[in-house]
Amino acid sequence: MSKKNKNTILKTNNLNIGYKSKKAETSIASNINIELIEGELIGLVGANGIGKSTLLRTLTNVQPALGGDVSILLKNINDYQSIDLAKVLSLVLTESVSSKNLSVLELVALGRQPYTNWVGNLTAKDIEVVNAAVEKTNLTDLKNKKCYELSDGQLQKVMIARALAQDTALIILDEPTTHLDMYHKAYVLKLLQKLAKETNKTILFSSHEIDLAIQLCDTLIVMSKDGIVQDTPKNLIKQGSFSNLFPEDLIVFDKETGAFRVKK
Amino acid sequence: MPKNYKYSFILLALLTIIFFVVNVSLGSITIPIKSIFNSFFNASGNYTNHEYIIQNYRLPKAITAILVGSGLGISGLLMQTLFRNPLAGPFVLGITSGASLGVALVIMGSSVLGGIFATLLISKWSLVIAASLGSFLVLLTVLIVSSRVRDTMAILIIGLMFGSITAAVVSVLSYFSSAEDLQQYIFWGFGSLGDLQWNELKIFALIYVVGLVFSLASIKALNTLLLGENYAKSLGLNIRKSRLIIIIATSLLAGTITAFAGPIAFIGLAIPHITRQIFNTANHKILLPAVFLLGAIVMLICDSIAQLPNTDYTLPINAITSLIGAPVVVWLLVRKKKMVF
Repeated sequence: MSKKNKNTILKTNNLNIGYKSKKAETSIASNINIELIEGELIGLVGANGIGKSTLLRTLTNVQPALGGDVSILLKNINDYQSIDLAKVLSLVLTESVSSKNLSVLELVALGRQPYTNWVGNLTAKDIEVVNAAVEKTNLTDLKNKKCYELSDGQLQKVMIARALAQDTALIILDEPTTHLDMYHKAYVLKLLQKLAKETNKTILFSSHEIDLAIQLCDTLIVMSKDGIVQDTPKNLIKQGSFSNLFPEDLIVFDKETGAFRVKK
Repeated sequence: MPKNYKYSFILLALLTIIFFVVNVSLGSITIPIKSIFNSFFNASGNYTNHEYIIQNYRLPKAITAILVGSGLGISGLLMQTLFRNPLAGPFVLGITSGASLGVALVIMGSSVLGGIFATLLISKWSLVIAASLGSFLVLLTVLIVSSRVRDTMAILIIGLMFGSITAAVVSVLSYFSSAEDLQQYIFWGFGSLGDLQWNELKIFALIYVVGLVFSLASIKALNTLLLGENYAKSLGLNIRKSRLIIIIATSLLAGTITAFAGPIAFIGLAIPHITRQIFNTANHKILLPAVFLLGAIVMLICDSIAQLPNTDYTLPINAITSLIGAPVVVWLLVRKKKMVF
């Protein structure tokens, strides 16, 4: 496979995730071994409450791992200074930004913060990167609009552009398609696929759009009670990984169409 | 790229100078413009009466007005961005309540508690020291408690709670104190810009400049915080450190202002809103200098009015700031129909 000569961007080694309190550790999932390859689009799917957010929080060093380790570009995530981590990993979160009084361009330019001087002045190179990010996400016409004037779909594109401007090898998005209509769900995921190919960045997102993810992703990480598997969508369908994703009393996975159906 | 704000800044700077001269020229007696400019450039030490008034009374007062207006405006801006709350002001961390507790203890505690306080002379310096100590102690308590919480919003609540506690202590003190002491305490609460001599002003300005440097150092952090704390963290911002620097800047600015000029209300809350409405931006590289200039202008205007030109009366500055400022904020919000925050 051609994957062999591509670089590994993120790798986990027997990762154990969960919550630690003073008295006890609550493990949510353990023995997680996933590998994110350069230039790939990876989807993370699983039922509500299975621990997708906990996994993303652990991968992004927001939350400590209970065991095992996460390495980005062959370096343990705990060995990164926060400013250096910001240069290899950017995030798109589910929360909205606190100030919508920023213009699109201003917000995207905030992605350059890890590189700018003490007062945040943009150099010619910064402006170039920001403009490129705006172009790649088709925001050129909107670039002088204020964020409060945008629709949810447009705002999501702006947040993706901001992550692009941060110019990191890895972009992680937490449910980038929530609140969007069917068209814009497909639009955003398609955009991510295009960006992964064109910019050779690795993009990992969590989503409930399993059918779209199956069509667009290079690999999928499926979280279920039985554990966590990562493979290409094709192989996962063959192995029947999607069938035990949800309780089977209501919906079933149709291997032919690669989508879920309501039981008649 | 963002709009060019050059002309707005030139206009604001000119207005600051104009209102500075107007402020100096108005007072209980009329002084011709010529004497005013003479006194500005007279370094010989031989002053006429007019020049003496300008040099030793009106000039320090006008400079105090600039420091107070700009300082309160900036600390209000810092707090509103840090707490992402349009109702935050320079005093949410308990600075005024601490200062008023200190002053209340000195003025009213002498009769209630007797002993050590009774021996203290109630001079201006003792009030300044009491106000500084009070705000410093309350702020320190708030800081210690808030270092144990991770959530920035909790700091806001903790600050408000300490404000309530100190206000309650002041109420208890007032209940037991004599009418005379109470009146003196209330007079302190009116605020005053005109009490400072040059040597006091020097100390004031020194601490002010340190606070200003801390504010300038936070510009980038403030802009990053516009995205929210989680995004700011993902951009490599050290939230705890930035939060501490922002709080230190606010304490230095608002703390010294309260110590030297009393608890001046409203400016800190209103100026950042007025600035955002006028400049329509959230970028602190623009907002910070704009708040500085607008704060200075509004304070100079308020002080000129409070002075009641050509009379011997001076109205309480604390009342004038709200009387003038509140309608301006209401008018701006109604006219633009949308709050910019």
